[in-house]
Formats: sequence, structure tokens, C-alpha cells
Amino acid sequence: MAYGPARALPGDQIAITTNPDTEPFWDAAKAHRLTACQCADCGHFRMPPSPYCPQCQSRNKGWPTLPGTGTVFSYAICNKNPKTGEDYVYVPVVVDLDGAPGARLNANVSGCEAEDVHIGMKVTVDWTAITDGWVLPNFRKV
Amino acid sequence: MVWKNQDTCAIVGVGATDYYRRGQSWPRTINDMAGEAILNACADAGIDVKQIDGFAYYSTAGAGYLDKFDTASLMETLGIPHVGFSATLTSGGGGCPGAIGLATAGLMNEDCTYTVTLMALQQLPQHRLGVVFGASAPNPENSFLQPSGLVGPGHLMSVLARRHMHLYGTQPEAFREVVQATRANTHNRPKAVRRNSLSNEEYNGSPMLADPLRRLDFCLETDGAVAVITTTMDRARDCRHKPAVVHGVTHGGQREWGRAFAWMGMPDPHFASSGHQYVADRLWEQTGLSAGDMDVALIYDHFSCMVLMQLEDYGFCAKGEGSDYVLSGKLRYDATTRGGTHGGVPVNTHGGNLNEAYIIGMTHIVEGVEQVRGTAINQVKDAEFALVTGGPASLPVSGMVLRRD
Repeated sequence: MAYGPARALPGDQIAITTNPDTEPFWDAAKAHRLTACQCADCGHFRMPPSPYCPQCQSRNKGWPTLPGTGTVFSYAICNKNPKTGEDYVYVPVVVDLDGAPGARLNANVSGCEAEDVHIGMKVTVDWTAITDGWVLPNFRKV
Repeated sequence: MVWKNQDTCAIVGVGATDYYRRGQSWPRTINDMAGEAILNACADAGIDVKQIDGFAYYSTAGAGYLDKFDTASLMETLGIPHVGFSATLTSGGGGCPGAIGLATAGLMNEDCTYTVTLMALQQLPQHRLGVVFGASAPNPENSFLQPSGLVGPGHLMSVLARRHMHLYGTQPEAFREVVQATRANTHNRPKAVRRNSLSNEEYNGSPMLADPLRRLDFCLETDGAVAVITTTMDRARDCRHKPAVVHGVTHGGQREWGRAFAWMGMPDPHFASSGHQYVADRLWEQTGLSAGDMDVALIYDHFSCMVLMQLEDYGFCAKGEGSDYVLSGKLRYDATTRGGTHGGVPVNTHGGNLNEAYIIGMTHIVEGVEQVRGTAINQVKDAEFALVTGGPASLPVSGMVLRRD
């Protein structure tokens, strides 16, 4: 099926909230730095950030700078803006993050036709300004 | 190991309201519909509503996903004099048959004697389940999901379906066959919302809501209520109908599935699954049975792809072979022989959530009860064992085997 160009959803309709466990991720995103929550003791990555490491139960967290690239693990193709109901082609992707094994982000991908998105496709982070001054990591085809 | 409480309790009453298309039940209230379902279940069991003394809910006592049941309110409106058990499984529709296990726990602990398990829902415009994830206010956890525009459960499930297609070569025609095979079971069911037979053209013309899933791969959006009554075996034999014996029931799951598509962190092979592997294995262990021993399978079908993945997790076929299994016609019910076709076990002889009504899994329990009573509209000949499953979603998920008495 031909859908046409994949676009990220408009940032002005996206809101997030944070808590002390997740805020370092979003603070880094504001500075266009992609990170993921890593256990500072055993090195295990987890996303979304949570209070304890599920591997070793440590509360110590690290926020390493990741390369900002990744691989599409799976995706869907949607064609209606969820807020307005208008025709709008966007592709929610689940991305395996390079440099953070086991950590994934859910985002939109752009830079290609929606029907050309595929599992295994290489992507790189693409920052989208959203409401309240936050910045959302989306992705573009490499 | 055989479950200690095997065959000690039974479902003795089932009751329901009419099934309404989304939003059409107004001006009835949700407790009005819940009360009708409970009173109908009592009449079916042959007991007085004043004998109800236990409530075993699932979905965190949710009525739909935005209203809540309250035992005290139900007692007040129905005149129930006292309760000794009021509890719920957590999370959502995954716990539906597991709630019968919860009822069993209350009964075996002698906290109660007749226990209601209940679901009612009313999807007024502000309470629509289909967009529940997108409509909820952002919280720190779903802020890692919601911005992607995966607004409803079907959108989320389509991402799992895509991975299954990638790993195993699953064909879109298999999703179509799930819908068609179960649609074929509603033509003779007066209460079913969709009763016409479904052609390839109609299915293929159905809009892609979240490619690879079409609107017809999504379940109905229904208003209505269903209640069932569970009691101990000695009491069950004094009720109006033959008891539907609780032979095995498990709920829970494993961390690799965890929050499932509200998370998307599941490693392979759990990602492209129904998350039922752990409860399925326990169910077969505690009953000594396997998928092939089932006479009928009532598989929670909020989305067509999840029927296929549950069939794999319960062992009706091997992991990754769901597409071939479905496409070989093994889900179908043959009214002539009153059995399966092509060596399969008939699935959703009531039409399921996709075609009959969506009351968050309760209709599957009702059909399981009617099958082992021998009174189902699409009765499987000599049905002894019925599998009933809960919806693949954040843990707990659950499964149950009902046995003919």
C-alpha cells in the first residue's frame, strides 16, 4: 500500500510529564543529548527509567551519552492524526538504541516513505520540540 | 502438580444484559446494567440475590477502563445483606478468567458461599476504550509511549503483529481467517452485534487503522454487562443447571512480558507473543491436560492477531506456526458434525469480541459454561473441556479450564 512520506506527529500536540526517576532523560533531550537509564553498578540498561535496576536492585543510575543511532525493531503505519482525526501519515517505531543493549524508545520515524519503513532499518535521532519547552527524541532514516 | 482446589468449585449462573453498540445503552446507568446481569445470573443459578456474599473482580474492579465497581454500592442497590469477600485482580482484561480463580480462593477460604464476577461497560464519548491510551493524561511512564501516537490498544498490538510477521512469515490472510472463522458462528445468535457472513472483499475493504491491522481486526466496542456466579461443588449440585466445574485456573505472567505493549521492551520471542506462555504452562501442569484435550477454545479476541499468538502460547501449534494453523481452517466450527474441522479445536463458537460483543472477556466465560453444560447455541458435541483465556495485556493475564460435571 502506498502511504507517502512518513512524518512525525506535530510537537505542539504532544505533552509529557516527568518524575525524579525519568527527568534526567528529558533534561538530556532538551540539550539534544540522547541517553538511556543505565545501572551505575552492574551496567544493565533499562527504559523507561525506573527506581531500581531489575538485574541487581541497585538504585544508582548513570546517564551515558549514546551515539543517537538505532535500529527499527518493529512498527505500525497509521494514517490519522490522533488528536484531530485528519489524514496524517505517521509511523510509530520501536527502536533498539545503539550503545544501550535492551533499551528501546517508542517514537516516530521520518525521512522516507511510510511503506519503505522496515524492521532492521537504521535510524538516527531527530529532535522534535514539544509543549512546555520539552524536546522529544524522534528518528530519521539514515 | 495437580491443583489442590481442582473440581472444588463451579460456575452455576450466568447473566447478561442486551449488547449495545458503543454509547447506545444510555440512559441506562452502569449500575443499572450491572444489576440486571447479576439478577439474571442469580435466576439462572436458581438462587436469591440475597445469597450473594462475595465479589471477585478483575481489571482492578474496573467497569470499562474509566468507571469502577464498588461492592458497597452494589450491595445497597440490590439489597445484599452482607459480604465476606470483596477482592480484585489487578491490571485489565487479562485477568478475566483469573477472577474465577480469585472467587475460588474466597470460597475455599470459607469467606463466602456464592461469589459474583462481573463486568459492565458503557462507552460514552468521553469513556471510549478504543482511544484510552491516547486520551489519558500523560504520566511519567506513558510519556515514553504516548508521543509516538500509538493511541489505542489496536495500534499497540499492530506493532507486535508486525514483528510476528517479520520473524515467522505470518500472512495477513491469517488475521482475516480469524475474523471470518469466528464471524461464521454468529449468524444464528440473536444477541450478536455482527451476524452477516464476512467476504474477502468486505474484509479487504476495511480501513487499515494501524497497518497491518484493519478495522475488522479490532474487536467491537460494546455497552452491556455480564455476571457469573461461582460456588462450591456441594452447593453447585443444588443449582438449576449442570455445574461448569473449575478444573484449572491460573493468572500472572513473567517479567519478559511485564507491561507488554505499554512498554514495548519485551525481548524476542516474548515480543511477538500473547504473553500467556507462563500461565498456559501452569494451567497444563495443574490440570495434566494439553491444548489437544480441549473440546472448544474461547480465546480472548480483542484483536485478531492475538488469537493466533495465544494459540501458539497455549500449544495448539508450535511457536511461529500460528499462521499455517489458522489458514488450514482449524479454528472453524462445523455445525454438521458439531465439532472442529481439519483436526482443529473450534475457537470462539460464540463469535467472540470481534463479532458477538465485547464485554472485556466475560462472554468467553459464558460460552465456556454453556458448552460444558451442553446448552450452547453452537454446541460442540460431548464437550467435556473448555479453555477460556484473558486478554493479552499488561500482567496479570490468565486462563481457565472448565469441565463438564
